[in-house]
Amino acid sequence: MWNYSEKVKDHFFNPRNAKVLAQANAIGDVGSLSCGDALRLMLEVDPESERILDAGFQTFGCGSAIASSSALTELVIGKTLAEASRISNQDIADYLDGLPAEKMHCSVMGCEALEAAIANYRGEIWQESHTESALICKCFAVDEAKIVRAVTENQLTTLEQILNYTKAGGGCGACHEKIEQVLLKTLERHDALSLPCAANASLATTAGHAASLTHAADSLPKPDAHAKPEPHGEQEQRILSALGQIRPRLQADGGDVELVTFRGDSVVVSLSGNCLGCAMTDMTLSWVQQQLTQALGRPIQVSQLLQPETLTF
Amino acid sequence: MTAIYLDNNATTRIDPLVRDVMLPFLDQLYGNPSSIHSFGTPVRQALEQARAQVARLIGARHDSEIIFTSCATESNSTALLSAVEAFPERRQIITTEVEHPAVLEVCAHLERRGYSIHRLPVNRLGQLDLDHYTQLLSDQVALVSIMWANNETGTLFPVEQMAQLAKSHGILFHTDAVQAVGKIPVQLADSAIDLLSFSGHKLHGPKGVGVLYVRRGSRFRPLLRGGHQERGLRGGTENAASIVGLGMACELAAQQLVHESNAIRALRDHLQRELLARIPNAQVTGDPEHRTPNTLNIAFEYVEGEAVLLHLDRLGIAASSGSACTSGSLEPSHVMRAMGIPYTAAHGSIRFSLSRTTTALEIASVIEQLPPIIAHLRALSPYWTQNKAQLARAGEFSPAYG
Repeated sequence: MWNYSEKVKDHFFNPRNAKVLAQANAIGDVGSLSCGDALRLMLEVDPESERILDAGFQTFGCGSAIASSSALTELVIGKTLAEASRISNQDIADYLDGLPAEKMHCSVMGCEALEAAIANYRGEIWQESHTESALICKCFAVDEAKIVRAVTENQLTTLEQILNYTKAGGGCGACHEKIEQVLLKTLERHDALSLPCAANASLATTAGHAASLTHAADSLPKPDAHAKPEPHGEQEQRILSALGQIRPRLQADGGDVELVTFRGDSVVVSLSGNCLGCAMTDMTLSWVQQQLTQALGRPIQVSQLLQPETLTF
Repeated sequence: MTAIYLDNNATTRIDPLVRDVMLPFLDQLYGNPSSIHSFGTPVRQALEQARAQVARLIGARHDSEIIFTSCATESNSTALLSAVEAFPERRQIITTEVEHPAVLEVCAHLERRGYSIHRLPVNRLGQLDLDHYTQLLSDQVALVSIMWANNETGTLFPVEQMAQLAKSHGILFHTDAVQAVGKIPVQLADSAIDLLSFSGHKLHGPKGVGVLYVRRGSRFRPLLRGGHQERGLRGGTENAASIVGLGMACELAAQQLVHESNAIRALRDHLQRELLARIPNAQVTGDPEHRTPNTLNIAFEYVEGEAVLLHLDRLGIAASSGSACTSGSLEPSHVMRAMGIPYTAAHGSIRFSLSRTTTALEIASVIEQLPPIIAHLRALSPYWTQNKAQLARAGEFSPAYG
């Protein structure tokens, strides 16, 4: 709970623009007392240029909610409404040097307040569509609603499929039991409502639900089942291009990943820089595995080639 | 800045006397208590002495009724799972909505396996309805598990009376007494309680050691098998240093309990009085008349608990909160919700829990420093303007969702 960046702490203890803006002509109210955080964003917009001249906020919420609100006001002041509308919740989190996974919803709230304020300025009614729900996978910040959506929309029936679709459970694995509970609950709801769900056909409706899940998965069409084996060179290209998309993320943290070799579904990579000896190596590897699995459309096993100097005895 | 620790319901400082008796067992006295040679014997004797010290604190009739475990969570799991295994034909469990997750989540797990779990609700003061409880007692119930004192509010349940009622129906009674042992007198020999859990680190003992009291003659099934330790009731080589420390912690608690609880209660009551006098829109949660002497839970309306804790922590004051954000969940604590504390206040509930290390100066410091923090956060809050609840004037702050 206390692993906030220095920047978050600074904006919490010394919030910028925490004020009621009397001359505000764009106001966005989001949140509620029941969910424990609420934010009123007030903007003074120049009608000629649509530039945001000043911003103020009032926030009921935790440390990161107040810090996110403060950061938001700093981000929007001086921007035009068009520029401001491109600010994402990730921009708010980045401005604060990151937020803990459990606290990302605070940056989402900031973004929504901005959308609501812009809608208010334009005389539109802003309607929020997202629903908050309990965080299930802390490694990849996947909440229950996202899992339920993935299960419902894609007729998922196994933990592995949920992992492939949402990344939930792809890190430390501690949430696997919770994911399976969400899965069971969702499938049971489908049974009760008789929603069109592929899983229904092969699932028993009463006891023995869990046991039949794997069986149900087997009966699902496998997208690549009839595809011809891909030539080696093309596979290598796809692996390299997937790694190419991963590398900037690792390089941003001072690490890197390279392809060493691959055969069939096994891919060997080497990690370097800050990735070496990092306590998060297992998570990084399983993230790489997720990305490659997605890119190649089939389960890929990623292992790490250990450099001699990293071995300790 | 000297730190002020008011989170003793989370854990307590190890008493120096406890630490001193532990150290030899982390050094020279490393023998396995099960060994018959000269390395094992003194360790074995020390464990038995600790068992006697524990038995005295909780007034057990026999030392052999004490089983050492790794923590109260293990004790709770053992009690619940033992009961369902010992009475396989009984498919119901009675507990409360405000138990610690160490009980609630085991119950939820059993529920998924087909058990019926009766979770007794509480009223606004956190009290149970004993008539409702009595109606649920039947020969279908394998176990009643009721906490003695609530960890968030300190509210005491009438466990002895409830155990008598269970006994008259032939039902095993367990109590999670982690927040009660060492704070209030416990005399099990004369009671109807069959099983009781507590842990060392809540009473100035070490972490990683707990106790499960099992009344002689109770049906019991071990959770950890594979060793003759604890007479086969809990396998695994004993955590000798911690058990010895726990024994000393129990002895100290037994010696000082009455004197200490009076002194701590006086400090707690002073803190409560002054905070309520200095901070508007604040309310004590739980049952003020039936509480552990060390616990004060106050809900401050229109502020969020984590924000309060961050400010307190910067001043070196450690407390705890039932707000959603401190637990990483989206809802305020299940205890606050069970009592029907409105969301306006539940998110701002702060728990101060004192111990024998708490001083009057520390309490005075909190009384000085908390009011400006609450005022500052309320000034930031859209729900609070000029020291009065803006919600009363409906419509001014109107979030798009809620």
